[in-house]
Amino acid sequence: MIPSDLKYAKSHEWAKIEGDSALVGITHFAQEQLGDLTYVDLPKVGATVTSGAEMGSVESVKAASELYSPVTGTVTEINAALENAPEAINQEPYGAGWMIKVKLTGPPTELGALLDAAAYAQVCAEEAH
Amino acid sequence: MPYVPHTPEDIRRMLGVIGAPSVEALFAEITPAMRPKSFDLPEGKSEMAVLAQLEDLARKNAVNHVSFLGAGFYDHHIPAAVDALSMRSEFYTAYTPYQPEASQGTLQAIFEYQTAVTRLTGLTFANASVYDGGSALFESAMMAVRHTDRRKLVVCEALNPIYRVMLASYTSNLNLDLVTIAHKDGNCDLAALTSALDENTAAVLVQNPNFFGSLNDFSALFAAAKAKGVVSVISVYPVLQSVLKSPGEMGADVAVAEGQSLGLPLSFGGPYLGIMTCTKGMVRQMPGRMVGRTVDTQGRTGYVLTLQAREQHIRRQKATSNICSNQALCALRSLMHLCLLGEEGLSRTAEISIERAHYAAERLTAIPGVSLLSDPANGGVPFGNEFAVTLPVNAYQVIDKLTARGFVPGFPLGRYYPGLENALLVACTEKTSKEQIGILAEMLRGILV
Repeated sequence: MIPSDLKYAKSHEWAKIEGDSALVGITHFAQEQLGDLTYVDLPKVGATVTSGAEMGSVESVKAASELYSPVTGTVTEINAALENAPEAINQEPYGAGWMIKVKLTGPPTELGALLDAAAYAQVCAEEAH
Repeated sequence: MPYVPHTPEDIRRMLGVIGAPSVEALFAEITPAMRPKSFDLPEGKSEMAVLAQLEDLARKNAVNHVSFLGAGFYDHHIPAAVDALSMRSEFYTAYTPYQPEASQGTLQAIFEYQTAVTRLTGLTFANASVYDGGSALFESAMMAVRHTDRRKLVVCEALNPIYRVMLASYTSNLNLDLVTIAHKDGNCDLAALTSALDENTAAVLVQNPNFFGSLNDFSALFAAAKAKGVVSVISVYPVLQSVLKSPGEMGADVAVAEGQSLGLPLSFGGPYLGIMTCTKGMVRQMPGRMVGRTVDTQGRTGYVLTLQAREQHIRRQKATSNICSNQALCALRSLMHLCLLGEEGLSRTAEISIERAHYAAERLTAIPGVSLLSDPANGGVPFGNEFAVTLPVNAYQVIDKLTARGFVPGFPLGRYYPGLENALLVACTEKTSKEQIGILAEMLRGILV
């Protein structure tokens, strides 16, 4: 459940780089750890997000967790469907459960610092213990 | 088991474990100047002697006055059943239990209280209550600040001055900009309130009826607020809410209230009840406990604490508030009171109170030199069960003279509003009789004419 075409942050967000934009969500591992999600608080369109900084939060039946942006840029789109159907994140964390679309403004080195699928699998394996 | 917190032997062993030579040594960090030399406690007394002393003190209270005091707190009749029921040992605690779901009865009562108060305000959600009307107003301001990520609060000066002092005190170190819009003859300046709203404003805060007893429809103000992304907050008087346009109908986002008028006796300022209700869009910002109804695995109805991710035991420093206490017992009393009166009883209470106040206004303004601060007949704003009159003399003079004769004629507005030293705020409830109003009017005439 760790697609090879995505980039990952240690804080369990993924980024799908498409040209000068990135689609951002949380990983299968993250949604599994959180349990059934009940609410997502996303940044507004037009807001600036910074790599490694808080961008919102998710609530599940047992916890509330902060979301950290894996990339730097301006939010161009948010997945409004999550407001009434946050369960999409549990069901399809890499598909219908996407959270925000960001126009990238950070240095190219920032993307290089993100993990690939294999490195992220290692992070999950360590945390699962 | 005797209630002995710790014996000298316990203390010796505890000190031994932590390696402290004496209890005194534990407090060595506090300079001697800051430590009391003695607590100045008298010698122990017998039960009879203590009772006698307390009775002496109680005799110093002025009781059985006929009172026209209101100013945020109102002397409504409380059905005897409220006392009888609320003092049952199953209910007699101010706390939500630490294993809340094990106490289904308590949670059901809170759920029903929440349902009742949302019906009064016409909004969707309520919490399990906070301390009082002032803390509810402050919490609603903070809901707006978090919701909008803005720092400016626009407050109507005709909003209860005690709440405004609390708001100023609580927000003084929070880097918020409190803008107060002056009242005009005890009325809200709706034009000035509207033009004070901008893209930096988190909330506009008003009261209905306001501190002077005047009634407003804030629909236009709230619509203007919505257009600018400003949260509309209104504080209401629950009893009158049964006959007035509701906050929901006006388009308010958050409605709060002092719940004292619903079954809580006037007792030196408390314990009272802070009612908080809001729209669905604001519910994530609601502080405190909230009870929801659900079903268990076998389909049976059950009550649970809900949306707890707002709260400090889950959200830590990001919690909506550090308030996790509520006034469960006071909330329960208000629920009992509402159930005993019913919709019709509550509306009748409001109608009679309003009728008496209008009779009082008519009688008092018939006295030469006495007039309404804001006269509806002269373009003023209508009032409910409370109104302000201007006197030809300082209000304290009248209060002192009449109180000595067993009648407290009202509240001196000059205490909070410089320039209104001659203004008296007069409240009536269904307990105020026409005879009492007549006597008040005649005594006032005797002083003034």
